[in-house]
Amino acid sequence: MVTTIQEVYLENKDTKTFLFRYPVKIKPGQFFMIWIPDVDEIPLSCSYIDDTIKGITFRRIGDATKKLFELEIGDKIGVRGPYGNGFNIEDGKILFIGGGTGIITLTPAVEEARNKGIDTTVIIGVKTEEELIFEERLKETGSKIYITTDDGSKGYKGFASDLAYKLLSREKFSSIITCGPELMMKKIMDIRNDIPMQASLERYMKCGIGLCGHCVIGKGLRVCIDGPVFNHQKLEHIKDFGLYRRDASGRKIFFK
Amino acid sequence: MIDISTNIASLKLENPTILASGILDETAGSMISILENGAAAVVTKSIGLKPRKGYPNPTIIELEYGILNAMGLPNPGIKEYREEIIEVKRNGGIIIGSIFGSTPEEFISLAEKMESYGVNALELNLSCPHASGYGLEVGQDRKLVKTIVEEVKNSVHIPVFAKISSNLSDISSIAKAIIDGDADGIVAINTVKAMTIDLELQKPILSNKIGGYSGRAIKPIGVRCVYEITEEYSIPVIGVGGIVSGEDALEYIMAGASAVEIGSGIYYRGVDIFKKICREIESWMELHNYRNIKDLIGVAH
Repeated sequence: MVTTIQEVYLENKDTKTFLFRYPVKIKPGQFFMIWIPDVDEIPLSCSYIDDTIKGITFRRIGDATKKLFELEIGDKIGVRGPYGNGFNIEDGKILFIGGGTGIITLTPAVEEARNKGIDTTVIIGVKTEEELIFEERLKETGSKIYITTDDGSKGYKGFASDLAYKLLSREKFSSIITCGPELMMKKIMDIRNDIPMQASLERYMKCGIGLCGHCVIGKGLRVCIDGPVFNHQKLEHIKDFGLYRRDASGRKIFFK
Repeated sequence: MIDISTNIASLKLENPTILASGILDETAGSMISILENGAAAVVTKSIGLKPRKGYPNPTIIELEYGILNAMGLPNPGIKEYREEIIEVKRNGGIIIGSIFGSTPEEFISLAEKMESYGVNALELNLSCPHASGYGLEVGQDRKLVKTIVEEVKNSVHIPVFAKISSNLSDISSIAKAIIDGDADGIVAINTVKAMTIDLELQKPILSNKIGGYSGRAIKPIGVRCVYEITEEYSIPVIGVGGIVSGEDALEYIMAGASAVEIGSGIYYRGVDIFKKICREIESWMELHNYRNIKDLIGVAH
């Protein structure tokens, strides 16, 4: 359906949030296919969940997000979905690890966990301080927040996975939920010490409804329907995880 | 014991269900999963000589009675696709290579490569309704169709099937051209040319504007085409279009199809639709005292 952008927030110089009316039930970790008329349609995870109002948050990186960034209150976008499985948020003590724009996908999950009274720790990993988003929003949840920057401009200097390694060696968590660059998530998979883990993956998507086969990984797992969230048992058997993705034509592009 | 095995030319299938081209057939893992879910064979995505991105999104829309798509023949190109075919073959399974081109030379080059990679048969895409210079634009030219089929047949040893459109003004003359080219079978039908418009934005939703309609709504169109072809000619036909249940598959079989392809049906019933359809065919046959599915092929004539 086509909906109208009702509110716009500038999260940092390259990242915006749009709020729009879309009264459906949605789980944190699920995504929409957002149609930017005359340009493209792209998958974006839901970043703000209310009964009638939903939100998307995106960084301008490609042609579609650059065009989306220019839209204003009152402009129209197409929304399909929600699609995908979403996170499974269970009692215990959860370590959330967001790398780059991955924190956008995690934030509604952290909020839901806190609403359920779950003990939550969040690592927000960015390249540099000015790329930070949702810091205040996450603080408001009452979660324990750690920030890492590659250049040391704020918080811990280093990668989110480095700090995760330290936290995991001194604190006991019941599960890990992560979203971010795939090599980061692969690293976390390696250091997780048998702690159950869920990771939200990103692949080039065309249909979003499990038919076109473009986002398939491993042995027939469709990121759009069977994912985008996969647990460690599944990830262990996905040979492309952390290795390659595919471009629009279906050619393999190796992560580096 | 109920026998649902079938043949199309020299190709022997343990059941009549085949994955249709363009659905979940971009990666080896995906095709292997479909074979494990009961399909007797899979048809690859349509592959061309060079990598092709396809059209920008939106490329697929779910409509009330079917699915509309204009992917624009995205594919990694024949050379890169080789490893997907080899992996499916290594795992064991029947794979039919779908190819598209605009000239007989392109088809020959693709067909020879596909055969060398190990596919069990070829499906010539003469019917994609939304790719300029390919598919239906080639498939409605009777002379060109005959030449393509003939030359591909002369350059490979595996069975060659031609997939045709329901958007032909004279399906019989194209079927005749395919038969004159000595094809081993006809696959009918591809998606039906269609469009949908968004009222709020007052413009077509697909980036390509025109696409192909599939799913439940097109079944009667496909059944009619299969019936028309088999009424006039005695070439093996694979029926495609809107098959969601065992009853749908049987309808195509009674119309004259020796096997069926399933694509959009996965949207309605999941990837294990192949197993489900086989079970439904068997239970219908049991109830109606049929032991061999071959006894049902073309009974509606």
